[in-house]
Amino acid sequence: MSKRLSSILTPIIAVLLGVIVGTIIMLASGYDPVAAYTALWNGAFGDIYYTGEVIRQVTPYILAGLAVAFAFRVGLFNIGVEGQFLVGWLAAVWVGVSFDLPRIIHLPLAIIASIVAGALWAFIPGLLKARFRVHEVIITIMMNYVALHISNYIIKNVITDHKDKTDMIKDSATLRSEWLQSLTDYSRLHWGILIAIVCCILMWFLLERTTRGFELRSVGFNQHAAHYAGMSVNKNIILSMVISGAFAGLAGAMEGLGTFGYATVNGGFTGVGFDGIAVALLGANTSLGVFFSAILFGALKVGALNMPLEAGVPNELVDIIIALIVFFVASSYIIRVFLDRFTKKGVK
Amino acid sequence: MKKRNMGLVLSLVLAAGTLLGACGKSDNQGTDTSKDGGKGDTFSVAMVTDSGGVDDKSFNQSAWEGIQKFGKDNGLKQGKGGYDYLQSKSDADYVTNLNTLVRQDFDLVFGVGFKLKGAIEEIAKQQKDAHFAIVDEQVDQPNVASVLFKEQEASFLAGIAAAMTTKTNRIGFIGGMESAVIERFEAGFVAGVKAANPKAVVDIDYAGAFDKAETGKAIASKMFTSGADVIFHAAGDTGNGMFTEANDRKKKNPEKEIWVIGVDRDQADMGPDIVLTSALKRVDVAVQDLSKKAMDGSFEGGKVVLYGLNEDGVGLAPINDKAPNKDAIEKAVNEWIGKIKSGAVKVPGTRDELKNFSAK
Repeated sequence: MSKRLSSILTPIIAVLLGVIVGTIIMLASGYDPVAAYTALWNGAFGDIYYTGEVIRQVTPYILAGLAVAFAFRVGLFNIGVEGQFLVGWLAAVWVGVSFDLPRIIHLPLAIIASIVAGALWAFIPGLLKARFRVHEVIITIMMNYVALHISNYIIKNVITDHKDKTDMIKDSATLRSEWLQSLTDYSRLHWGILIAIVCCILMWFLLERTTRGFELRSVGFNQHAAHYAGMSVNKNIILSMVISGAFAGLAGAMEGLGTFGYATVNGGFTGVGFDGIAVALLGANTSLGVFFSAILFGALKVGALNMPLEAGVPNELVDIIIALIVFFVASSYIIRVFLDRFTKKGVK
Repeated sequence: MKKRNMGLVLSLVLAAGTLLGACGKSDNQGTDTSKDGGKGDTFSVAMVTDSGGVDDKSFNQSAWEGIQKFGKDNGLKQGKGGYDYLQSKSDADYVTNLNTLVRQDFDLVFGVGFKLKGAIEEIAKQQKDAHFAIVDEQVDQPNVASVLFKEQEASFLAGIAAAMTTKTNRIGFIGGMESAVIERFEAGFVAGVKAANPKAVVDIDYAGAFDKAETGKAIASKMFTSGADVIFHAAGDTGNGMFTEANDRKKKNPEKEIWVIGVDRDQADMGPDIVLTSALKRVDVAVQDLSKKAMDGSFEGGKVVLYGLNEDGVGLAPINDKAPNKDAIEKAVNEWIGKIKSGAVKVPGTRDELKNFSAK
């Protein structure tokens, strides 16, 4: 079996296995799986409103997935996407509420602010990794907490006067559009999806079609070989973290300028950054794969909300199914072995 | 080899993330849905929880209990066309959940918790025919009723009980996140303590979250260690850590007198030997009351409905029978209830008001 085919089949089989095991769990606990999956489907695509919400949810997932995938291609685990996402969100909203500018300047400025904030937040672990070989997983996890509490502090004490959420951003900074909302019956669909798609293309082009991308991938394949070939490993490590953080910050802007239009004090993580890890993993760290797996995860998350009402199935079950899918993707080695066996037998 | 190790690390991190994400959620109550909804003109009501979930043992749960009771009293069935709830797993879900319920033609939709303010504001403008109610916040829209509580009156009574029970004259207060609601709890509690026992000191600490039981446990541990013997929490799920800590300590050393005070609903079930009382915030009463009014055609849209001691919206749960001076506490509490109800005492609701407060 060709490598390409098996790399496409593996995630699909993982998803199917996740659904099958999910069905077994539902049967075992006395729920009706057909009703549950129908409700899941209806909750995601049964109504134009829900489809709009799915796309809205997919937008930050694509960008968070790209952030994880980009770093991974250079051999780094950016677990700090959540933190970069939060500072990006904060920066975008901050610019969004504090200036009065024409839309053509204001909106790009807010978006750029989120990119810079996310990139800076990822630059720190990148630098520490490059200079002192400090493991990026530990630093990025810690930076998540720093981001959470600093952004809470700033929202409470700097942007507002001891309130739990900022004002709405000015209309000139919003990604929302009444046209898109009227198209989808008041869903929160916004223009961010276009940005996310452009970023998918951008990442593909950068990694596959440029010299810099070749260098980045080389460092991911084998640092020593890359170093021997005269590439600067440290520079590429920092660069990859910065780009990864920029994607993550942009994901935050999608929530800040699109979905919500404000920033709130958070008691805990939003989970988007961590879901991004699953998205990237299922998407095999390619931009096209991330795009499709983000759609799957977005549809699951939004569709799940409908399950208790329509089918009486607790929506936690979708969390279980997502966990199972991730489990099967992570153990894709087993699936691959089976696939190889199967094809070999077929040849005989 | 290296790559496989990386995969392992990645899946471990993922597993951790999934576990963390699943924290604080347990099983749902058995839901028997009826799909015969939508027939006729029966009144239907539903609620959207905040990210604490419907089984948070306090706030959301109390609202759901109110809706359940309202549904049963009026012969409604759970499901479409009757009464139901939707759980939110993240802040992004509020709008979707509220919209889902509006689309299912529920006559009244409750948003439980101040975090839903933005979402309700937005949808109320779009769905002008739908009726909403928000608990713990104020939304100025003609089709939204805002439910607020005088939490300070309940926590004032809890403060009286705490001050009369403490022997070390050190009392703890654990808050969830700093917000106007929790500030009312804090100000009222401190005022109550000062009114009954001016010598007692109140240690105040905030966990920064409503769903971090482990933080609540750590704070409670710190307070007990530094000499506090009564702790009050206004921290939702976070407060469950306080009960765990107190139960553990009581088990290790049954002789030592330590007490904790619950919040929102009567939390006596959290530990029969340690729960002194609870500052009741009857979200269930308010939810039933508002639903009933809406059903009778007098929905209080655009208004702020305030529930205090006079409206039976707040109060103090029965004092634990094992408390050393139960009768004295009850007597004092009843006296203060009289003074508050008559308006002779105005309980402070903010830290600023607390500074100028003096109990006669």
